[in-house]
Amino acid sequence: MRRTALVAQTRVELVLTVRRAESLLVTLGIPLGILVFFAKVDAVTDLRDPIDFLVPGILALAVMSTAMVSLGIATGYERHYGVLKRLGSTPLSRAGLLTAKTTNVLLIELVQALVIVATGLALGWSTSARLLPVIVLLLVGTVAFAGIGLLMAGTLRAEANLALANALFLVLLFLGGMAYPLERLPGALQAIAEALPAAALAESVRDVLDPGAAFPLAHVLVLVGWAIAAPLAAARFFRWEE
Amino acid sequence: MTPAPVIEVAGLEKHYGATRAVDGVSFRVDPGEVFGLLGPNGAGKTTTVEVLEGYRVPDVGEVRVLGLDPIRDGRQLRLRIGVMLQDGGLYQGIEPIEALRLFASYYDDPDDPERLLDVVGLRDARRTLVRRLSGGQHQRLSLALALIGRPSLLFLDEPTAGMDPRARATTWQLVRELRDRGVTVLLTTHAMVEAEQLCDRVAIVDRGRIVASGTPGELTTDVTRDRTSFSAKPGLDLADLAAALGVDSTDVHEPRPGEYVVAAEATPAFVAALALWLRDRGITLGELRGGRRTLEEVFLSLTHEEPR
Repeated sequence: MRRTALVAQTRVELVLTVRRAESLLVTLGIPLGILVFFAKVDAVTDLRDPIDFLVPGILALAVMSTAMVSLGIATGYERHYGVLKRLGSTPLSRAGLLTAKTTNVLLIELVQALVIVATGLALGWSTSARLLPVIVLLLVGTVAFAGIGLLMAGTLRAEANLALANALFLVLLFLGGMAYPLERLPGALQAIAEALPAAALAESVRDVLDPGAAFPLAHVLVLVGWAIAAPLAAARFFRWEE
Repeated sequence: MTPAPVIEVAGLEKHYGATRAVDGVSFRVDPGEVFGLLGPNGAGKTTTVEVLEGYRVPDVGEVRVLGLDPIRDGRQLRLRIGVMLQDGGLYQGIEPIEALRLFASYYDDPDDPERLLDVVGLRDARRTLVRRLSGGQHQRLSLALALIGRPSLLFLDEPTAGMDPRARATTWQLVRELRDRGVTVLLTTHAMVEAEQLCDRVAIVDRGRIVASGTPGELTTDVTRDRTSFSAKPGLDLADLAAALGVDSTDVHEPRPGEYVVAAEATPAFVAALALWLRDRGITLGELRGGRRTLEEVFLSLTHEEPR
């Protein structure tokens, strides 16, 4: 793979992402809006410190918005417009394309994380926790959500993919323990939620950031399971042409 | 000694379930040729081309492109071909110059993006997002992207669909220049004018098979020669005309208003009789064609419109 091709491809992926205003709304606007709203408005009364609860959840939400929604919708439309097919007859390899897309996702997530952490700190958040495990968890979450996003992008029509990605984003936000605690959900729903990747990511990041909490083994196992299964399914079922 | 062919297809078959999209196609394309695959929608043109481009694996048959196997040697092949797909394949949110620079980065010795913008006439649309380009501009950008890697073989799938007449003429001129520089071109089209204007040789494909092939000149020359066609104002008296020409009245037809076909050879005596008849009635001749059929007529007589 030629290095200039990788750099150029990554650059174009970034430019295209920035030009999609609706994608920036999902990746930056919504996470920040939820963070500030729930930190300022006392919607969840039994939390001692809402900001300590919110920051980990919003980090998980940010990963989900970029890796699943933004990547998935963009890739679905690229497939719809035949871009993926056209790239298939150029010397750009699949690995090259995937590397560029991955780099793009990671760069956007880095910006999201910086903005969320800065906002959190401004709202009174503090942590003494280890950074590395958090980064590892967010990366594993990225793999899981990218797998789900690409699975939908590679199997559904672009419009159906758009609708489903947005709907799934909402469902996983409600069932993700991101804006309010999972315990608020009825028992059965809570059990379902804990099997889904959103809650697994949010809860494990939250526990790792809490020096008093034990290692969230169950949540991490669920998350790793999704991070293995979703990309495998995407690789198996992805169709380059719509 | 004949040079090694650029494309060699032998007994190609491609099946989709019970449908044989390509059903035993063989042809070769020599260096520097413009070769046209003609056929109605669903005839198997695009499937054939996509096998050559490495998109599809043949079910039966042998395919060599630039001496390479399109699947096994795909990576090497993709460095040396340029592809223009039927439906764009362009990022919607990109500018033409950005797209050209991106594609240029894929190749070791690419053409100059700015130069290609001028060549295809997109200078003014340099910074217009693809989603705002007209259909013809879209096609021209696709063409420029197919050329950016300085390919030695160019695949053009319906290259002028959606272009206005001027853009179409520019594109044809461009293809001729490329051929003069030694680039081999395989194009598919159902515009017969395009085939007559551009192609050194054509193959007519119908229902997955090649039903005729040769130069446009060879295909349009009737073996029997007992055929003359002309155009004039519609509604001429066919029986009277037949009598003047000395042919049976069943040998004169008006298949389309104003277009006449006579089942007789265009001998000097025949042409003189026709001219006299027209003169006596004050009718102006539009076009007179002896022996030859148009490529369109050949095409229509050999192909079927596939029910969708």
